[in-house]
Amino acid sequence: MELRSGRRRDVTTPPSRRTIEGQKAINLGLELKSEQITGAAAVVSMLLEQGITHAVWLVDTESSSMYEALTDAHRAGSMMTVPVCREGESIAIAVGLMLGGKKPVVIMQNTGLFESGDSLRGQAIDLDMPLLMMIGYRGWSADRSLMTDSAAQYLEPVLDAYGVPFWTMTATNFSTLIPTALAEAERRGGPTAILVPAEWAE
Amino acid sequence: MEMKQALESFARRRTDQLVVAPFTGGLVWQDVSQHPDLDLPFWGAMGKASSTGLGLALAAPNRQIWVLDGDGSLVMNLGSLVTIANLAQKNLVHVVLENGVYATTGGQPVPGAGNVDFAAAALAAGFPRAYAFSDVAALERGLDHALAGDGPTFITLRVAPAPLPKGGDDVRLPRRRTKQSAIAMSRVLQAARSN
Repeated sequence: MELRSGRRRDVTTPPSRRTIEGQKAINLGLELKSEQITGAAAVVSMLLEQGITHAVWLVDTESSSMYEALTDAHRAGSMMTVPVCREGESIAIAVGLMLGGKKPVVIMQNTGLFESGDSLRGQAIDLDMPLLMMIGYRGWSADRSLMTDSAAQYLEPVLDAYGVPFWTMTATNFSTLIPTALAEAERRGGPTAILVPAEWAE
Repeated sequence: MEMKQALESFARRRTDQLVVAPFTGGLVWQDVSQHPDLDLPFWGAMGKASSTGLGLALAAPNRQIWVLDGDGSLVMNLGSLVTIANLAQKNLVHVVLENGVYATTGGQPVPGAGNVDFAAAALAAGFPRAYAFSDVAALERGLDHALAGDGPTFITLRVAPAPLPKGGDDVRLPRRRTKQSAIAMSRVLQAARSN
């Protein structure tokens, strides 16, 4: 797995429309509508498999495809969804959860990351918290041929400035990327980030 | 009332509560707390003490969490009132030490100081219970009741502005102190889970 692979563009069919075998999700308590699940549900299934207990998030366009699966997991009692009003709250909530022995993931858009800078610095980084963040990569057209918003331009430089390793999630790498990003967070004692591009939007 | 007097009322009633105490309140609290291993003095992430307290409340639902917030901190994160009320965590007590100033920077006024009804804001956000105390006698009469019920509970304490307490190395090295306290609190909670 290559670190900081964010600039590599894997232009493929939108992952959220793909399907994979769903047996793992069934085993983890997700209520599935068929024997197969969409890519977004498989991502949630992988988070559960990795022991994630809470998803602290403010829904964004790129990760909105995960809403249904996160809601199902919440209802099943397998992973609690913690909705916030603004993203800066989310890292602070996650740190409180981690001090209490839980294993949260923070899900936010890159715009929210920009708002969360003081929480990222003053808590996740300064307290050496192995926190996984999944960050919606707003600002590219769906085929990633055109930058449509300056939010895209600043995401990777901002993560670099904070010293946060990051990777871009695709339909083919998420099952290895999520465990890798979590392991790297534990190894380095600090946050890591998975970037969620527009292909994952509903 | 003086901030230290108000916090002494809390300290006398404390058993095993976890306390998240940012900035000025944290410096005063350290002088009255009898359980520093259960305290998280909070210097990172301005305005986010209540959010960290919420995370602790979710992680440790059988233990009461007290957040000793400031009014300057709360107005930086006012949406947290809605977030906390929405999650309806019964073991969270959000206290605001309302002195109307930014004490750590020399006492400049907080926007809206004296004009904001924080208890009313908490109720409007969905807190089931909110209290306001302006003097020690009223606080002594009402605090047991305020702390006893199911939360989330909001308490605003109208306290006098005062010079920043001397903190020595705690002020000069806040990151180290917060991290040491975070590690200590984490170990206490881990031990409690093991028992």
